[in-house]
Amino acid sequence: MTMNGSANTRDLILRRFARGRRRGERLVPGLLFLAASVSVLTTAGIVLILLADSLLFFRRVSVFEFFGGTELAPLAPEPKFGILPLLVGTLSTSLIAMAVAVPVGLAIAVYLSEYAPGRARNMLKPVLEALAGIPTIVYGFFAYSFVTPLLARLIPALEAKNALSPGIVMGFMIIPLIASLSGDAMSAVPSALREGALALGATRLEVTFRVVMPAALSGIIASFVLAVSRAVGETMIVAIAAGSNKTLTFDITGSMQTMTAYIVEFTSGDAASGTTGYYSLYAVGFTLFVFTLLMNMAARHLSRRFREGV
Amino acid sequence: MTKPFPAASPRRLRLRLALNRTAKTLFLLSTAFALAVLAVLIAQMAAQSRGWLDWPFLSGKLSLDPERAGILGAIVGSFGLMLVMMPVTFVLGVATAVYLEEYAREGRLKSFIQTNISNLAGVPSVIFGLLGLTVFNRLLGLGSSILAGGLTLSLLVLPIVVVSGQEAIRAVPGFLREAAYAAGATKWQTVRRVVLPAAMPGILTGFILAVSRAIGETAPLVVLGVPVFLLPVPDSLLDDFTALPVQIYYWTLDAVLVKAYANLAAAAIVVLLALLFLLNAAAIWIRAKYQRRY
Repeated sequence: MTMNGSANTRDLILRRFARGRRRGERLVPGLLFLAASVSVLTTAGIVLILLADSLLFFRRVSVFEFFGGTELAPLAPEPKFGILPLLVGTLSTSLIAMAVAVPVGLAIAVYLSEYAPGRARNMLKPVLEALAGIPTIVYGFFAYSFVTPLLARLIPALEAKNALSPGIVMGFMIIPLIASLSGDAMSAVPSALREGALALGATRLEVTFRVVMPAALSGIIASFVLAVSRAVGETMIVAIAAGSNKTLTFDITGSMQTMTAYIVEFTSGDAASGTTGYYSLYAVGFTLFVFTLLMNMAARHLSRRFREGV
Repeated sequence: MTKPFPAASPRRLRLRLALNRTAKTLFLLSTAFALAVLAVLIAQMAAQSRGWLDWPFLSGKLSLDPERAGILGAIVGSFGLMLVMMPVTFVLGVATAVYLEEYAREGRLKSFIQTNISNLAGVPSVIFGLLGLTVFNRLLGLGSSILAGGLTLSLLVLPIVVVSGQEAIRAVPGFLREAAYAAGATKWQTVRRVVLPAAMPGILTGFILAVSRAIGETAPLVVLGVPVFLLPVPDSLLDDFTALPVQIYYWTLDAVLVKAYANLAAAAIVVLLALLFLLNAAAIWIRAKYQRRY
């Protein structure tokens, strides 16, 4: 600006407002950064707490005994801390859940992305969201008071607390996750690919299996990995309906305890602070944390590759 | 051209078309199955709570006698949790989103925070319970109070608010910011008066969904140490409390001993689902009414 008058006016305005404004301007990024660092601190806090108390635990129980031990009896006169029964319980319920959720979730994804008319899609999506929004405690109650008695009619040997029923219900819970994530991956496949295949005379089904799914594969697998991670970390359904049997068993018609259910049972019970049993919570929590973290990172890696691929 | 394309055979063509039709029916049936699960679940809760969900139940205090038990304490507890959680989550979540989208420079620090938030979003909620137990309950001496529970839940759902806030802020077109700068606004003025108002519907939608997720959470509260025994209705944020999901959990566990507790749990579930339904309806309403496309 060359005009003297406007420069003066500007100076005036600046002098009047600049100081307060500039101070505010300088303060704001710092404050916002502080807020952003809360989430970093939360992660750091989680890792630190789990690590510190796990170390206290491993000072009393050897790592081999923990990861190789087949016996878990934290409150016995001679306590045993083998995590294997919990790992088997966690993997069993998660596998059952995946056996339900993968076929159904994928079929829904295919239907919504490849077959359904736009209006049906717009109506179905909120309903699936509702299914995903139901609290897990409700699913837990549903598993215990409805699905278990229903299954008991088919399988007379089924116990009141078993791994099968919460596994299946956990599958219901995960269906929307797989349906929406792998559906997104399939919808992101350019329609030119579909049209090309259709023009060659392929049916919708052939287009889906030979063109769309291969193109969306890493996105679909990412949704599976994320689903397993969700199943492994799921707590209330198994805490209610799978019971608290801590012996190593592969019998899914009987009670099994998962890592998450162990943590819940022990904290709501009588874990006196400072005992080995109390610290075992953190060792189990740490194992769970590492499991889910690795799977989430793998899923993110896969879906990033998928996004670059298309 | 050596051989004709197999599709040329009419029999094969008929088979392929039939396969396509069958598959389509199967996909449709799977979708119907998911809807049926939702319908059965809701019908089951309604059936099991019939005759139990009445005014004395809603306004009564906890009791060992199922005929006299009420959930006023749990409702007050859940609202207390919301009272703590909502401001904390909103301020921290929106501030983090603004920082990441408007202030942070591209680089290691930004991608570190971003990765950290997506990792945090995948941490099982029961682990947040261990965090709350160690930091809020033991270290800060808050016990298993409403304050400790609300703060634990805030950290749990923070990533949801941040990520949806970021998406909403990113959707605000650049020309709005440029217009503000051209009018002489500073960066913070632009953010506060232009970007945030334009992004608010999206931010609020994500925020309400986060609140409804937190309201249904059980595991972190149980691990935090929310007690099992009968408590009076809390009257301060530092009081011990019970919340709807926790009460459902204990009634379900004890249904082995007293059958009627299952009915109480179902009735409490209906109340919880109604609360969540209201929250979600609000989110959809805000999205529909205020969402603008540029």
